[in-house]
Amino acid sequence: MNGRKTFGGPGRGRSGAGGQQGKEGGQRRPMFRRRKVCKFCADKIDDINYKDTKLLMPFVPERAKILPRRISGTCALHQRKLRTAIMRARQLALIPYTSE
Amino acid sequence: MKRKYELVYVISPDATDEQVTDLHSQVDAIVQRMGGQIEKTETWGRRKLAYEIGRHKEGIYVLEGILGSGELLREIDRRLKVTDLIIRHLIVRVDEEQAVVERTRARRTSTSRRRRLARGLPADRQPGEGQREPDDDRDDRFDVGGEEMR
Repeated sequence: MNGRKTFGGPGRGRSGAGGQQGKEGGQRRPMFRRRKVCKFCADKIDDINYKDTKLLMPFVPERAKILPRRISGTCALHQRKLRTAIMRARQLALIPYTSE
Repeated sequence: MKRKYELVYVISPDATDEQVTDLHSQVDAIVQRMGGQIEKTETWGRRKLAYEIGRHKEGIYVLEGILGSGELLREIDRRLKVTDLIIRHLIVRVDEEQAVVERTRARRTSTSRRRRLARGLPADRQPGEGQREPDDDRDDRFDVGGEEMR
């Protein structure tokens, strides 16, 4: 999974539907890539708390792995805090370690 | 040296209300004996576990804010480990992080006040100004199950 596939959404999806046989890099079109911002910086959330599952859940998608920074756009500082929070929440069974 | 800690423990769902209060008083007794202090107690109640622990699918969560020494917390940790009714517990030191959070928050308000004054605005944000945050009345307490992941 690369960041481009997930976030560079609109332009990519259209070219795929048009029947291009997955030619990687064959046709260069300026791709619209949304600038990612750290959610915690933008919303001014200082305290990433392990008890706040509502805050943490978007960062642990289906497989319950921690969403990497390259995809979520979280800044290094907050990713680090997020990681500890998720690991603590996992220990208390507030968040799964894995699905299945 | 007194420090602030947070203790969360998960009690087996089979426990009766008396057993829950009993566990709380056990913790309280240790804290009292070793010169600590319980600052707050929150009972989150019964909620679904994100994964099965042993044969349990849900648990009763209790949070205690404890002021005390590391020795005290080590004793509590030891006691909770040998208590069968407690299926999981976590002790976290919170004072340092709280201080950092307060400091960043204070710094942010002071810079925003300074900047607002420089722009000739009143120091504090007026009601109805800027973006409104949408109301969120979702209850996150019981939605830990796999199907509710957003």
